[in-house]
Amino acid sequence: MRIPGSMLFSSRYRLLQKRLHPITKEWGLTFYVLRHSMLAVVGGLIALAFLLIALFGSMLAPYDPISANIQDRFQPPSASHPLGTDTMGRDVMSRMLAGAQHSIKAGLIVLAIAVPLGVLLGGIAGLFGGWIDEVIMRVTDMFLAFPSLVLAMAFSAALGPSLFNAMIALSVVWWPMYARLVRGQALAVRETSYVEAARSRGASNWHIMFKHILPNCLSPILVTLTLDMGWVITAAASLSFLGFGAQPPIPEWGRMVSDGRIYMLRAWWMSVFPGLGIVLVVLGFNLLGDGIRDSLDPKLRRLTEVTWKREKTSSSSTD
Amino acid sequence: MRLSTYILRRVAMLVPVLLGVLVLIFVIAYVIPADPARAWAGPRARAEQVQALEERYHLNDPIYTQIGIYLKNVFLHFDLGVSPTTGRPVRDDLKAFFPATFELAMCAFFLAIALGIPLGVISALRRNRPTDHFSRVIALTGVSTPLFWSALLLQFLFYYKLGWLPAMGRSTIDITRYTGFVLIDSVLNWNWTAFGDAAIHMILPAATLAFYSMGYLVRITRGSMLEVLEAEYVITARAKGLPRKIVIYRHALKNAIIPPLTVLGVEFGWLLGGTVLLETIFAWPGMGRYAAGSIVMVDLPAVVGYTLVVAMIMLLSNLVVDILYSVIDPRIRVGGKRR
Amino acid sequence: MEARENLLVVDRLKTQFFTYGGVVEALDEVSFEIERGEIFGLVGESGCGKSVTATSILGLVAKPGKIVSGRVLLDGENLVGKSEQEMNRVRGSRIAMIFQDPTSSLNPLFRIGYQVAEPYIYHQRRAKRQALKDATGILAKTGLPDAVEKSRNYPHELSGGMRQRAMIAMSLTCEPDLLIADEPTTNLDVTIGRQILDLVKDLQREFGASVLWITHDMAVVAQMCDRVGVMYAGTIVEKTDVRTLFRNAKHPYTERLLRAIPSAVKSADKLEEIPGSVPQLIHPPTGCRFHPRCDHVMEICSRVKPLEQEVEPGHTVACHLFGREREGT
Repeated sequence: MRIPGSMLFSSRYRLLQKRLHPITKEWGLTFYVLRHSMLAVVGGLIALAFLLIALFGSMLAPYDPISANIQDRFQPPSASHPLGTDTMGRDVMSRMLAGAQHSIKAGLIVLAIAVPLGVLLGGIAGLFGGWIDEVIMRVTDMFLAFPSLVLAMAFSAALGPSLFNAMIALSVVWWPMYARLVRGQALAVRETSYVEAARSRGASNWHIMFKHILPNCLSPILVTLTLDMGWVITAAASLSFLGFGAQPPIPEWGRMVSDGRIYMLRAWWMSVFPGLGIVLVVLGFNLLGDGIRDSLDPKLRRLTEVTWKREKTSSSSTD
Repeated sequence: MRLSTYILRRVAMLVPVLLGVLVLIFVIAYVIPADPARAWAGPRARAEQVQALEERYHLNDPIYTQIGIYLKNVFLHFDLGVSPTTGRPVRDDLKAFFPATFELAMCAFFLAIALGIPLGVISALRRNRPTDHFSRVIALTGVSTPLFWSALLLQFLFYYKLGWLPAMGRSTIDITRYTGFVLIDSVLNWNWTAFGDAAIHMILPAATLAFYSMGYLVRITRGSMLEVLEAEYVITARAKGLPRKIVIYRHALKNAIIPPLTVLGVEFGWLLGGTVLLETIFAWPGMGRYAAGSIVMVDLPAVVGYTLVVAMIMLLSNLVVDILYSVIDPRIRVGGKRR
Repeated sequence: MEARENLLVVDRLKTQFFTYGGVVEALDEVSFEIERGEIFGLVGESGCGKSVTATSILGLVAKPGKIVSGRVLLDGENLVGKSEQEMNRVRGSRIAMIFQDPTSSLNPLFRIGYQVAEPYIYHQRRAKRQALKDATGILAKTGLPDAVEKSRNYPHELSGGMRQRAMIAMSLTCEPDLLIADEPTTNLDVTIGRQILDLVKDLQREFGASVLWITHDMAVVAQMCDRVGVMYAGTIVEKTDVRTLFRNAKHPYTERLLRAIPSAVKSADKLEEIPGSVPQLIHPPTGCRFHPRCDHVMEICSRVKPLEQEVEPGHTVACHLFGREREGT
């Protein structure tokens, strides 16, 4: 990425830049392609909006999402309540704004545990091969065969129903995909001449893992991660819907759909809007993930590289 | 290696994995601090009753004993234990509820495949034309919509508002059960009213499940087909002057179908998971609802039994997919290693 | 002038790719002729448009490319603009093509016997069983040992050389008038490559076909070709018979190309590089496309595109050093 040299002169920065260079040198092109894909931009904006709502939702909410206001119950969507009110008179929009954070937290918890775990195990399996690989792969199969929803429900029921517990359970079964991904890459990279050369220079296994295998995996991992975000949010909402996740009065969107279920005839907005919100957010992440995946597609990159380089040189700053 | 050797190897692999699943769930059940016996006995139980339950279910034994007893029962007697909440053998309960879930999953599965793969292929062939955009939108929406919400909406639309389809249950007409699969049984009974009744009840839940699954399949098939259409062997086929249909449907499609195929195994497993949600919403008398109920009651034998059955089904479906894969792609057989 | 008749005439062929980044002018009025029974070489560096020429002849230009103007005359018939159905009758039967990488050019899921038999089935309406037998026959002709067994093999079970023989067999099934060979030996070992070269030469003689041989290797040109066209950045810069090319090349690019290969250079001289790099064809150089790298560049070279001039019978060069100035883009 091009950083105007006038901004940072420190040699330490340059050293860091040099270290990261193999990873970042292609990212300029990636961002360029991404910026120019309308769908990816839309997806990115949605994801960003969601993030902001999650962070500031409670403050943005015009009404109190928790306390009841019985006289206003079952108000259809109107100017004062754009998304209507629920069975306790609470403003649906406010509840959604306040509830967004739970969905994001769910996603972050699961991925923060599953991704490192999966990457590590996959890397080890691919790098060392042999029986280690076999064992880890069988373990992966085991976890993949597990009915994840049931596991999350069980955890939740036993430890006490809460979103947090359910998410811990989900992360236990979410890592296999990343393990498989990294393992595939590791197996492929292992045979390359880069690695052979490195080994002949006495590079340790850790070194090979971090300098050769992982950088190659970053792109597919990033794509999977983005798409997964949508899926985890859906899973969290599903669990809350069933009653194993967020508990009332927490305004988690899945929970809200469940609460509004019996009132569908009377107050359809209670269930429809939170669900719609989920659809939108997952859509956003899917679009973004697709966009990232496309931007990493070698053919598209080659075609776009010409325009990108030309734009860079015509507007470049002097170092 | 030969196909039969490959199959045998894969089947042999099933056993340790299944064992692993069992051990895993036992460990989890053991690790979770809960007092199941108390929950089973009820809030007004006396201490001796609770104790009796604990004895009966070996809850106080060390974990390896528990696992050992369970394994022995399962593999030697096909006994999955007795459910402390229903009082019936878990095996009987599961047997009763299994067909409903399986039938639902299969219907959704075939619906998703029948719609998803052709749509993906057409999408790739008519790239960037209206048909392509249309199917991509549908696919994307399908993948982004949570099951429980679409189920609710469809129920609302087709039952409450339009009154076309029933919202709950599996069938309202009684027939002699031969297989437990209502669609098949009604045909065997030669009772076409019953068949129609069962089919009508099946539409909403199966369609909901299929909608999601289909989205995924369309995306994968489209992507794979696009890739294959640019492959060099396709150019060769065209350079040979082969008719367009042959190039697309024989040379290209056979290669393109491989990624979707590998995904099918996972998809089926996912469908099974989805049935838990759907059965709750549609009051479908299947395993999923049974499991959900059992979890709340901390009915360990039932939950373990359910997990075992589902894991088994998933492993088997993956196996079938792998075998199909090796039948289609001769390169796999030689290596023998799964990538 | 020509004693033999022309089988293929490529007349001012212009192919462009309409990409996201701009229009790539891959072929800029390429013209050449191939006589019956001769081996015509198309030589040039990577990216100069040799393969695009081949695919343009067959009407197989990959999207987003298309033939913008020009004609391709096969026995007088213009192939440009024919319908897909009509072209399918030409492809594989009158014009056949073999590709550079036999590994990726063969369908991994079908046995090679079947793939070789396909032209028999679809062009000559032979029954499947008969076609497979005939396929084995022609495979044997290409020197594939144990053709009967091997024809039941899948591509990944064979070596590179065997796969290329299979490809050659596949192309010869319908006894085409023209065989286009797109760098078939580039990916093979040197010894195997030589065998393939000899094989093609033998078969060509036997079947009497013309060959369009595409390569970047001047040594191969010397071995195989009767006449040669030198391509640079989508244009033909020089065209003559092979002897004259090596002895009396006129175009600056050809000269440098000859100086850059070992076999044409005496042991005392160094191998020379051609300074600069192959131009981007999205914005190709104005006038003569080689002018930025040319030693003999003149003022006119950057303005006006040089047309082909005949400097001696059967020898044309596109360079302002030879010939009168003409207006053009």
